[in-house]
Amino acid sequence: MRIAIIDTSAGRAAVISDGLRDAGLDDLVLVDTSKPLVAQIEAAAPEVVLVNLENPSRDLLEDFFAMSRALARPIAMFVDQSDAEATGAAIDAGVSAYVVDGLSKHRIKPVVDLAIRRFQAFSRLQRELDDAKNALAERAVVDKAKAILMKRRQIDEPEAYALLRGQAMRTNRRISEIAEAIVTSEALMGDME
Amino acid sequence: MTGERFRIGFLPLVDAALPVLANELGFAAAEGVAIDLVRDMTWATVRDRLLYGHTDAAHMIAPLAIATTLGKDRPAVPLAVPFVLGLNGNAVTFSARLAKETGLADTLGDPIRIGAALKKVADARVAAGKALRFGVVHRYSSHNYMLRYWLAGVGIRPDQDIEIVVTSPPFAADALAAGEVDGICVGEPWNSIAVDRGVGHIALATAQIWRRGVEKVLAMRETVLDERRDAIEALVRALHAAAAHFVEPGAAEESADILARPEYLDAPRDAVLRAITDRIRLVPGGEPIHYPDFMFQYREAANFPWRSQAAWLYSQMVRWDYMAFDDAEAAAAGNVFRPDVYRAALAGSGAPLPGASSKLEGGLDEPIGAGSTQGRLTLGSDRFFDGRAFDPDDIETYLTELP
Repeated sequence: MRIAIIDTSAGRAAVISDGLRDAGLDDLVLVDTSKPLVAQIEAAAPEVVLVNLENPSRDLLEDFFAMSRALARPIAMFVDQSDAEATGAAIDAGVSAYVVDGLSKHRIKPVVDLAIRRFQAFSRLQRELDDAKNALAERAVVDKAKAILMKRRQIDEPEAYALLRGQAMRTNRRISEIAEAIVTSEALMGDME
Repeated sequence: MTGERFRIGFLPLVDAALPVLANELGFAAAEGVAIDLVRDMTWATVRDRLLYGHTDAAHMIAPLAIATTLGKDRPAVPLAVPFVLGLNGNAVTFSARLAKETGLADTLGDPIRIGAALKKVADARVAAGKALRFGVVHRYSSHNYMLRYWLAGVGIRPDQDIEIVVTSPPFAADALAAGEVDGICVGEPWNSIAVDRGVGHIALATAQIWRRGVEKVLAMRETVLDERRDAIEALVRALHAAAAHFVEPGAAEESADILARPEYLDAPRDAVLRAITDRIRLVPGGEPIHYPDFMFQYREAANFPWRSQAAWLYSQMVRWDYMAFDDAEAAAAGNVFRPDVYRAALAGSGAPLPGASSKLEGGLDEPIGAGSTQGRLTLGSDRFFDGRAFDPDDIETYLTELP
């Protein structure tokens, strides 16, 4: 079963194709979204097409699938009528699946389920990455604020940190917020002396 | 106060104005409803979010609401349209090259004369083995049907003498620039952006093809309408109040400011302002010309969902999907539009309420008083460019008489 993946995120496309390959589905075509899509799909003649929900080419793709100008069999969006939740879950995960006419449901379902899990896994990874980036940025700003306090007040690092923490607790704010305020005011007023 | 929330899907287009302004300017709050707008880039995604409950209602091209109800391309899900978000507001824009070949003037020309010039080019291109290609925003869009109605009416057979493909509005100017298409039929501000970028010339306003053509609608699942009927009537009142405000001469500047913002259209304010004040720049560097009723709102009960308008769209669906006319489908298509909900929502408000739910489309040459159950209703000319009229009670005869 040939599966084409059209995803504006190359990273997510890789995560999905790895997952499909692990499940033994290795007839995969990764469509290059920077090049005209229709010609690539015509050449690949896939039986299943996975497209990210927010892909800006979906109207164009649906029109192409419906017209089936070159494909032997029409392709339609996979909508599982016996199990409305399945399609809903795909939409929630951010994936839309299209399948050729006549492909049996028990062959499609595992592919769609796997794509959903991979999309969700990718979103989770993305969130974790964002969190990690934020944490790093926060640590950097706290370090800067400590350096400013140490210089200005002629104190050592533990004392500077204690000052930050004390202020955060008194004002019910996060340490990184206090640190940011210090760095900002230093940038604005640091050379006033 | 109903305290209800509505998530409303939309595409970045000028005619998403009413839900945006209802939200921003307090018309929704005044009716006790809250609106969360959900922006997308394709109609497919707007439709999917609506069908699977990510949104409660959507700004939608009217034919897509009918196609979804009838189950074209996918299993049927009945949708309901209690309110029309506007009439017309689209244009046909030629590439700079095609504008030159057809001798396009720097004023809005006669659709028949421009059509004759286009036919010469189209025939020559077919003979050369490279047919002209036009982009429309969606297969099930009024753009597709208006463009095809005009082309067929001037002797250019769609799908034979000219190729029609789908180009999403935000990419239409790029497609023109890259030579992927020779012309586009899209909504504003995307024609104006193509002109401002120097890659397109506006040939026609769709209002020249059908003076009172139905455009975007507020669509929702029929089950949602049944379950939340009172709140939806409040939403209709909020949108109607936003429409009344939108056509106030002093409101345009502020409306353009709001619509141009990144979270809505993310488009140049000046292009938005031109579209909502009926001032259209046709050629790059040219002075905008004033074309009254380019985009039609509020007046003449423009937001009323006439079943005859849904029926005309169905007639074009039969025509261009090359399918057989079906009485049951025609009835189902007409019933997507819900004048009963519109009337119930606005009863007692002073808004003109048409007595009929269906009318002869394209039958009026000049403004005429029309029957109403509330308020005074005048309807302006609603002509098609070829002078034909559409009788919703006899679609089959209409179809046999079309070219």
